Amino acid sequence: MIRETQLHFEVLVIGGGPAGMAAAARAAECDVRVGIVDDNFKLGGQIWRGQSEDKTSDSKQSTEASKWVERLSAAGVTSLCGLRVVHQPVAGVLLAENLDGFCELTYEKLILATGARERFLPFPGWTLPNVMGAGGLQAMVKCGLPIRGKRVIVAGTGPLLLAVAAYLREHGAEIPLISEQASWGNLARFGAALLGWPAKIIQGVQLKRSLAGIPFAANSWPLAAHGEQTLKSVTISRAGRVETIPCDYLACGFHLVPNIELPLLLGCALVNGCVQVDDFQRTTVASIFCTGEPTSIGGVELALVEGQIAGLASVGRTAEARALFGERHKARRFAQLLDRTFRLRPELRSLPLPETIVCRCEDVSHSRLREHTSWRSAKLHTRCGMGPCQGRICGAALQFLFKWKPDSVRPPVFPARVETLAATAGELNCNTAKG
Amino acid sequence: MPSSVASDQVTLTVNGAPVVVPFAATVAVAMMIAGQACRTSVNGEPRGPLCGMGICFECRVTIDGKVHCRSCQVLCEQGMEVNTEK
Amino acid sequence: MSKANYDVVVVGAGIVGAACADELAHRGLQVAVVDRDIVGSGATAAGMGHIVVMDDSDAQFALTRYSQQLWQELRPSLPEDVEYDQCGTIWVAADEEEMIEVRRKQDYYGKRRVPTEVLDAHALQSLEPNLRQNLAGGILVPEDGVLYPPCAARFLLSRAQKHGVKVRLDVSVARIGEGRVEFTDGSKMLAEVIVNAAGASAPELTPGLEIQKRKGHLVITDRYPGFVRHQLVELGYLKSAHSLTADSVAFNVQPRRTGQILIGSSRQYGAEHKAVDNFMLVRMLQRAQEYMPGLAQMSTVRTWTGFRAATPDKLPLIGQSTGDKTVFLATGHEGLGITTSLGTARLLADQITGRKSEIPVEPYLPSRTVKEHVHA
Repeated sequence: MIRETQLHFEVLVIGGGPAGMAAAARAAECDVRVGIVDDNFKLGGQIWRGQSEDKTSDSKQSTEASKWVERLSAAGVTSLCGLRVVHQPVAGVLLAENLDGFCELTYEKLILATGARERFLPFPGWTLPNVMGAGGLQAMVKCGLPIRGKRVIVAGTGPLLLAVAAYLREHGAEIPLISEQASWGNLARFGAALLGWPAKIIQGVQLKRSLAGIPFAANSWPLAAHGEQTLKSVTISRAGRVETIPCDYLACGFHLVPNIELPLLLGCALVNGCVQVDDFQRTTVASIFCTGEPTSIGGVELALVEGQIAGLASVGRTAEARALFGERHKARRFAQLLDRTFRLRPELRSLPLPETIVCRCEDVSHSRLREHTSWRSAKLHTRCGMGPCQGRICGAALQFLFKWKPDSVRPPVFPARVETLAATAGELNCNTAKG
Repeated sequence: MPSSVASDQVTLTVNGAPVVVPFAATVAVAMMIAGQACRTSVNGEPRGPLCGMGICFECRVTIDGKVHCRSCQVLCEQGMEVNTEK
Repeated sequence: MSKANYDVVVVGAGIVGAACADELAHRGLQVAVVDRDIVGSGATAAGMGHIVVMDDSDAQFALTRYSQQLWQELRPSLPEDVEYDQCGTIWVAADEEEMIEVRRKQDYYGKRRVPTEVLDAHALQSLEPNLRQNLAGGILVPEDGVLYPPCAARFLLSRAQKHGVKVRLDVSVARIGEGRVEFTDGSKMLAEVIVNAAGASAPELTPGLEIQKRKGHLVITDRYPGFVRHQLVELGYLKSAHSLTADSVAFNVQPRRTGQILIGSSRQYGAEHKAVDNFMLVRMLQRAQEYMPGLAQMSTVRTWTGFRAATPDKLPLIGQSTGDKTVFLATGHEGLGITTSLGTARLLADQITGRKSEIPVEPYLPSRTVKEHVHA
């Protein structure tokens, strides 16, 4: 990518996960110039990270991922990887940055497919090295971390835990326990409800096979992680009993929260903490669509169908988009089921001790935060949320712990270099992308 | 710089010591293989990668003199010099 | 909320209101502080926290110098999170014309026993190697410092509370006057004196106040300890602060104790919304890069804005209002609210308690304004 350029697309997609890829492919297949932007070095987002190369993992997923990669390529979509959107200097122009430079992106239609991130909750010892997110540890293994023979406890909540445990086990990890905070009742209802999704049953059966023999506890959560410089063991609550299990890694995440920062910066309205969209995935801002997890945490199938609807709608193919509404409706019911099943239980609010760090960037403890009555007050007086993660880690936790509403979003929506923010439109070379 | 012994491996230095990693590994993985924390927190605690997707900033290291690099977003290259930072 | 009797009710829990409440309580008065938001949510949250002597006028010098000395006295009591650091200011001269200003300052401060050191180009470079080459020099004021304003305000207010001051946050005031503070929920507080310390919003409570909002932008970077050692301000700043109509930016950077670099400053008239104005942000950052090219590669973590309260003669309003005798003003501090909060508190308390002030108060009295406009 040329430094300091301005790139124009008829349809610009932000986010290269399943939703973004589906949107970009469908739009480009209608003979329109489409660009897709993602901050990772390859497309795929989180769930499809390294999917097309990984031989051992869920073969259906990797087939699905490869299919979309091929469709994107065949349709002539311009992929801009390693690029992150940081600011909207003027309406209709996005400023994006990579390791070497920055560029401006302009568009006629914008599709936001910024995905989701894991929710982390603080508990004593959670800041120890080798305590990571569930998706976080999986990403490390996908990026070359040797895990064979290592003991990994998987904890938290959400279907991601099972997928991660299966993946790690396939790569040789020993899983002493999967600790899920949801109740047996909720999980049983979840299992029963899966009858409505045959594809998910097949996945479920495969998963069951991959996880055979791994102890699974519901009504269970981590109480503390122990170790001096790195993790040595984890204490888990299991239906009232407490046990301490030695391990090398703790893969712990409490489901997902949507990445709504960029939509908020662009002025999109929210509903129930997610981006508000109409039937055609249009947000409340003209020319801006949103698909996938930022509209509701719903998994791959929902992301794919929403992405396609947005892609088609962005190029005016409303009839074809409408044809997918039924599929989306079905997939959305799965999203609602997920939400109900993996709701966080109130006991998790009591996990942190007064000295437990909640804001990791600025080392702000739970007791210091408890003195405040709002996110803004806490930010201003303790610096919680004013570090480089911009409150992405601690904010989600505090929303659960204290029910604090997040603050308004200001640029840069992700840390950006001074020279990037100091760029003016007039000074950049206008250079429309080819192909 | 001498080329790596095997073409599916990369050698880089972490805090001065050589570390061998699989090809296409990220620097965050290199830090974990080396058993080194990436950074020290405000209160002096050792920290390593948390989110694995480039948003938590716990995996920051100095790479070839450039500070505050998110190591989970950087692929290892032969001869890279990585140092932990505050 | 029930009616209550106070000696003083201070409207505004920013650093000025907090300092006033603290000082008044210290003198034994029954005080309440009210604010429509959290402590330090206005200009205090957007101040650079630069404790600085300024010499635009003798009156400005007197107040800033008096206040700076008060901060130095207070320093041992300040908790860690106020992050007080006596790093000094360097006023940077880009050319010979600005060096003339340097020598004027040296002379002015010298006569008033404020220590300074004139720096030639070489000395400037060795004190601040990350400034660009070919600057003319500057003047170092070693007794200036920096702190973190929201925590300073909170400290002053907590100290006031220990002396019995009542604090009510998240309450909106509908009107003040005639010994009454009336809230939008219908409740009231009665007081002998009401202090309007509402900053840029002061005219909402005291109609006719000649205070205009002057918007400013700030940017803070990730940690780069040692990159900047002093608060650095270009001498051209004085040109921009002087202008009453034009939008302007100036090179103004500060090292935070955390190693983060705070980048300012900008001034706009007529801007009412809090959103970041990209054209100002760009100008401000370009100006900063001109003086310190190394900033270009630094990671910025946040940008934000605030509104200073600006008066026509650039001096604050400290004292009894000319309209209602029960209302006193402590507002209009423009870019010097953090510095002069302590001096303001002393002067205000002196007037309320009938004590003689340590510096002449006439320049800051609200009665100094010749014209009285009553806006509808």
